[in-house]
Amino acid sequence: MFVLETKNLTYTYGAGTPFEKTAVDNVNIGVKKGEFLGIIGHTGSGKSTFIQTLNGLLRPTKGIVLLNGKDIWEEPKKIRSVRFQVGMVFQYPEHQLFEETVLKDICFGPGNMGLDKQAAEKRARLAAQFAGLPEELLDKSPFELSGGQKRRAAIAGVIAMDPDVLILDEPTAGLDPQGRDRLLEQISGYQKKRGNTILLVSHSMEDIARFADRVLVMNAGKAVMLDTTANVFARGRELESMGLRVPQVTGILLTLQEKGYPVHPVLTVDEAVEELRLLLKKGDAHRGA
Amino acid sequence: MGYISAQNVTFAYENNEGEEKNEVLHGVSLDIKKGEFVALLGHNGSGKSTLAKHFNAMLLPCGGKVYVDGLDTMDEALKIEIRRRVGLVLQNPDNQLVASIVEEDVAFGPENLGIAPPEIRKRVDDALKAVEMYDYRLSAPYKLSGGQKQRIAIAGIIAMEPDCIVLDEPTAMLDPRGRDEVLHTIHKLNNENGITIVLITHYMDEAVGADRVVVMDEGKVLTQGTPREVFSQVELLKEHELDVPQATELAWRLRKEGYDLPECVLNSDECVAALEHLLNR
Repeated sequence: MFVLETKNLTYTYGAGTPFEKTAVDNVNIGVKKGEFLGIIGHTGSGKSTFIQTLNGLLRPTKGIVLLNGKDIWEEPKKIRSVRFQVGMVFQYPEHQLFEETVLKDICFGPGNMGLDKQAAEKRARLAAQFAGLPEELLDKSPFELSGGQKRRAAIAGVIAMDPDVLILDEPTAGLDPQGRDRLLEQISGYQKKRGNTILLVSHSMEDIARFADRVLVMNAGKAVMLDTTANVFARGRELESMGLRVPQVTGILLTLQEKGYPVHPVLTVDEAVEELRLLLKKGDAHRGA
Repeated sequence: MGYISAQNVTFAYENNEGEEKNEVLHGVSLDIKKGEFVALLGHNGSGKSTLAKHFNAMLLPCGGKVYVDGLDTMDEALKIEIRRRVGLVLQNPDNQLVASIVEEDVAFGPENLGIAPPEIRKRVDDALKAVEMYDYRLSAPYKLSGGQKQRIAIAGIIAMEPDCIVLDEPTAMLDPRGRDEVLHTIHKLNNENGITIVLITHYMDEAVGADRVVVMDEGKVLTQGTPREVFSQVELLKEHELDVPQATELAWRLRKEGYDLPECVLNSDECVAALEHLLNR
């Protein structure tokens, strides 16, 4: 069964006014439990609107969102509990830190869920570990942390609610290359350990290629591709026509393939090295014979 | 002395109480020539943004000197003159646009400089043409894509006719097409209008097109040179939490295994050509 499923999901801004604009247009997808799903699409493709319908921040104009098989708007008064189950980390979440200490900040979510102080703190400490935030920073003011640490603290605040599904919107924007890698490795580790589902919205094709199991491509409000990461990035030229790209190494091997070399599509530098090593060895053997 | 000249600059941020100083620049010297395109790299906290903010007197050195076109940034009376010469573009375009119509936003800077209206009209039109957004002059900024908004922010700077633009991660929030648009625009301004560019970025492939790459680490210049000189030092960069373009890394790793590839390839085309050469032998 899918953990999240959308049926005929449509969201229209300003419905019935002259400014009417359909941002999400009849999207039917299923997110598998425990998967790492990447979401890509150019600015204005409807990704942000789409993810906001998934945890009930926006109510669909048409269609439904099913969480564990149940329509999230069946009982509108209980929509708050959906937001605990589908956690959302927005862009630049560090702007939302406000408490006196990092620990208190991370405890805010679980506290809101009705957990007592002790239970909330226990969750917060575990969440900090998952987000890669060192223990000794928990008693500091959030404003004493570096940019990358603040971002981890904000992400820990959402993880502390122990959501079934964690949605992250551009979590690595503005981080340096190793900061990006480390944060995503941490999130991927959390997904594997807890068996939770991750939805990652990113403009970095390299990040998506390295970490996602499957990729959803949005264009003009529609879900135009949903497939394994390898299959999606093998359609490089189509992605380019939608204002997207493939990772640089993927592009290099696609070009070689187009030129007639027998190489398979790759997603990472490691895979490309492996693939070319094979090809170059074959060439050597051929010459030797 | 360069057009921008940082001479043994030290800088420390103060905490709220004005005590406990945290030095982030430890004696940086750097000269940037007029018309040069310099990419400034470094991990978060390396001091690159702090240094760049010295280039238009947003920050003033605690020790050492910064000169812009020969003007000392410590001289309060020269601050306006310096800011006319060096414009700053930041990461988030939404924080930089002030008006509800594109051309009014671009006019904001020259209006503040007290320029005569007919001249402002001309500058706004020229600036919008330079960033290829003239057709959108009457649009509302909020309706534009991230790449378009960022180009409007750049137009607002160009309308003040600066000699130099410093861009602090201008593409961090943009989708791939938006990144290409902004990169194309700043290269064009550099090539055609001779504007000096200082580009701070975490995307290594954006640094490849620069005349010079300067790598900052721990408040100092770690290494600098042409992109090829810098990106051939793969191990050094990785040690300092940086990266190289994927094309560079791929060729470097195969070369390490003994395959006959050039010492440093910088982009996809070079990488494909080098691999083809090897495969066809």
